[in-house]
Formats: sequence, structure tokens, C-alpha cells
Amino acid sequence: MSNAKFKLSNLYLILVFAVLYAPIVYLMVYSFNSGGTMREFEGFTLEYYSEVLADARLLIIVLNTFIIALLSSAIATIIGVFGAIAMHFIKNNAKQSLLTLNNVLIVSPDVIIGASFLILFTIIGINLGFTSVLLSHIAFSIPIVVIMVLPKLQEMSNSLIDAARDLGASNWYVISRVILPFIKPGIFAGFFMALTYSMDDFAVTFFVTGNGYSTLAVEIYSRARQGVSLSINALSTLIFLFTILLVIGYYFINQRNNRTQGREG
Amino acid sequence: MSAKARTLYLIPYLLWILFFVIAPILLIVYYSFYDVQGNFTFANYSKFFTSVYLQMTLSSFWYALLITLFSLLVSYPTAYLLTKTKHKSLWLLLIILPSWINLLLKAYAFIGIFGTYGVVNALLETVGIGSQQILFTDFSFVFVSVYIFIPFMILPIFNALEKMNPSLIYASRDLGASAFTTFRKVVFPLTIEGVKAGIIAVFIPSLSLFMLTRLIAGNRVITLGTAIEQHFLVTEDWGMGATIAVFLIIIMALVMALMGLRKRGLDLVKR
Repeated sequence: MSNAKFKLSNLYLILVFAVLYAPIVYLMVYSFNSGGTMREFEGFTLEYYSEVLADARLLIIVLNTFIIALLSSAIATIIGVFGAIAMHFIKNNAKQSLLTLNNVLIVSPDVIIGASFLILFTIIGINLGFTSVLLSHIAFSIPIVVIMVLPKLQEMSNSLIDAARDLGASNWYVISRVILPFIKPGIFAGFFMALTYSMDDFAVTFFVTGNGYSTLAVEIYSRARQGVSLSINALSTLIFLFTILLVIGYYFINQRNNRTQGREG
Repeated sequence: MSAKARTLYLIPYLLWILFFVIAPILLIVYYSFYDVQGNFTFANYSKFFTSVYLQMTLSSFWYALLITLFSLLVSYPTAYLLTKTKHKSLWLLLIILPSWINLLLKAYAFIGIFGTYGVVNALLETVGIGSQQILFTDFSFVFVSVYIFIPFMILPIFNALEKMNPSLIYASRDLGASAFTTFRKVVFPLTIEGVKAGIIAVFIPSLSLFMLTRLIAGNRVITLGTAIEQHFLVTEDWGMGATIAVFLIIIMALVMALMGLRKRGLDLVKR
């Protein structure tokens, strides 16, 4: 009886995993199909990969996506980290309301963020394109960085700062030599999260990108609307492999954080 | 830290809050009172309460409800069984991994899978049922949405289950409760916070889905998100789009108040 139950539960998990991964595997397998469609698998080819690599427009878009992701996460991390540090030393009431405001963008649906930013940029007079996309990505990344950094700050004992202060450290010295090293894992995690959010974003970018400027997600959308083309499959396979690399990277950052925590504790 | 230094560090962050948190919300509310010509009007609001828009809101709610319900039905057992596996953190990572892949790519994969000549229809053909129209139906829309949201439902439930003290289950069983009674009276009530967090993480994004409705549901399903997108980017009636956005924000606030937004709910972050 208990054996049968065990098998049934395993079967259920296997089924869930199968369904979760089926579309991804499906995309990847057909990226090698010489038949040109996602219908019948005719033969193995790397044609679509060379097509992707030869597509200059696409490569520029990939480059755009990376530039936006790296720049926006770096800037968001700087603003977010200093915001979080300052917030940490504020009295409780004001801190709570700041935290609530901070979380607004995290819980807001993408459509609303996109639409309201579109209005904002139009009113301020910022041209839709690189600048508007960059600003939007910075904007929705900042709260994520703050959320990742604040718990680390709370872990930090205040006597550490008092000790530094007693020994004559200046403000900046306290921050650069005591606080920043202590919250480093949180900063890395925040930067990393911001990076993945930026690269993953479609909806917000879709609203604030003008003609002529595009990121990968927006480009895939416009291509997918025109129907199936196996170069998208090839592209998504490459993106998938890259994503796995990122996840592994993130996993190791986390592992290391846990280990250092273990050592300190 | 001295007050002066603190203010200095806070300035960029406060500017961000001012320009990208407060201003956008105010602008949405402001625009909802203007028509296409730029005249002040309440027409958008009265238009929202006509049958066309109310029906759309209701159907958007209905789909969101279905998506949330099915996600919960699939996710709870999955999360529960995951906590029983040996390398659970690894399995959990594998559950979350697909959620890191761009939504569009997954939607695109389903276009191939559910298409007229896709793998599902080929399967139905061999079984003898014959090929069906799957893509561009309610079924495909709900299925793909559930597929996309499952990881966001599993994660908080898994965390809640992990936090539960297992001796409570042993106690309940020792006292003679059946497995089902134990689940109903002990396990489920203790993990209700996780379920709520999961519902928030699924329900609100389901209301605002807009790209799937076009790619997978072939414009048959109009959610609030689709309507906002249409008004902003297609018909350029920003006033009406902003009005719908105002209602979406209100609904969002209500759902959160109802579910009791806890800080913990935020560790799953958006989608």
C-alpha cells in the first residue's frame, strides 16, 4: 500500500516536471530540424544557428539587451544600496512608509508600470528609445536591489559600527570598510536579480520602446506574431543555455553566501 | 551615521520614489480624467460602467480565477511531494528554472505544440480522436497561463510547508486522525500563508496578461491588461487606458488587503 502510494506520488512529480520542460525541449529539438517547420523532424541541421549568427540586426539587438541589462543593474545597484543603507538608519515609522513605496513597483503589474512610464516619458519629453528603456529598467530594478540588501543590513550588528566610530573612523570609512563588505553578498544577489529581471522583461520595454530600438524580448514577440520561424528556436536554445549558466552562477553565489554565513555564525 | 550623510545617500533613492513611484500613479489618475482631445471629463469612468467594459472586467476576473484555481490544484500536491524528496533544494531549483526563461519563448513553444500540425494534434490523430483546434481557444489560454504561473505558486507553498513542524503531523496521526483529516485540520491551515502569497503572485498577473491573449488566445480573450495595452498602443486613447489601469490598481489593492500582504510574500517577487 505505502509502496503503491510512493510510486503514485513519484509519477505525479515526474508528470509535472515533464510538462514543465516539454515546451523547452520541444523548442530546442526543432531548432535542429532541416524541415523548416515545427511539424515533422526531417533531418539534423545547424542552418538556423548560422542564420542567427549571420543576422547583424539580431546581434545588435542582443547587444542592446546586454548593454541595457548591465547598465541598468549597475546603476540600480548603486542607488539601491545607498538608499537601503540610509533607510536602515531611519526611524521606524518613516522607514515603514519608505518600504511600502519601495514595494509598489514590485507588486504592480507590468502593464501598469509600462503604461505609466510611457505617460511619464511623454510628459517630460524624453524620446522613446535607448534612454527611456534604460530609465525604466533602472526604475524597476531599484526596489529589487533594496529588498535584497535590507535583510543583510538588519543582520549586521550595530556595535560593529559603534566600534569603528569609537576608533575614529569617518562616515565614509565606516561605509566603505565596515558596512559595504558586510552586505556584499546582498549587493551581489541584488545586482544579479536586477540583471535577470532586465533581460527577462518584455511588457515594460514593449511600452516604452519607440520605433527602431528593440530588445530581444520585443523582437521575439514581433517575430512570433509573424508565425513560426526556426531561427527563433535556435535563438531561444542559445538563450536557454545562457540562462542555465546564469542560474548556476546565482546558485553558487548563494551557496557561497550560506557558507560564509555558516562560518560567521 | 550623521544626518547630513544620510540625506546625501537618500537623495537619489528619494528622487527615484518621486519620479518613478509616486509620479506615475498620479499621472495615471490624472489622465483617466481626460479624453482623446485633452478635455477634462468623467466620460471615461461612465464608459467603464457600461456593459462592454463591465463584461470585459468580469471575463478577465473569471479567467484569472480559473488560472489561479488550476495553478493551486497542481501546485499544492507538487510542493507537498517536493518536500518529501531527497534533494529537495535541487528539485525546487529545477521547478523554478523554467520561470527564468523568457515568457515569450515559452508562449512561442506552445504555438508550435498546440498548432494544427503540432505534436498534440499528431498525438490525437494517432489515438483516433482526430485533430482539433487547440490553439486560439480558452483551453489553450488557461493551460499556457497555468503553465507559466505554476512555479510562482509552488515556491511560497513549498516554503510554508518547509517551515511547518513535522511533529505536529505525527501528533495528529498518533491521536487517530486520518491522513485526510490531518491535512484538512493541520497541514492546510498551517500553510495558508503560503497559499495566500501564491494566490497574490498568480491572480494579479493573470488579470494583466496581455501578450499571451494575442499569441495563444488569438485575441479571443480580452483581459484588463490587454485592454490597457490596446488603449495605449493601438487606439491611443490614453484616458480610457488610464481609467482601466486605475481600476486594475484598485483591484490589486483590494486583493492584497484581502489576502493580507505580508513582507514575506515579497520574496517571490513579481511576474
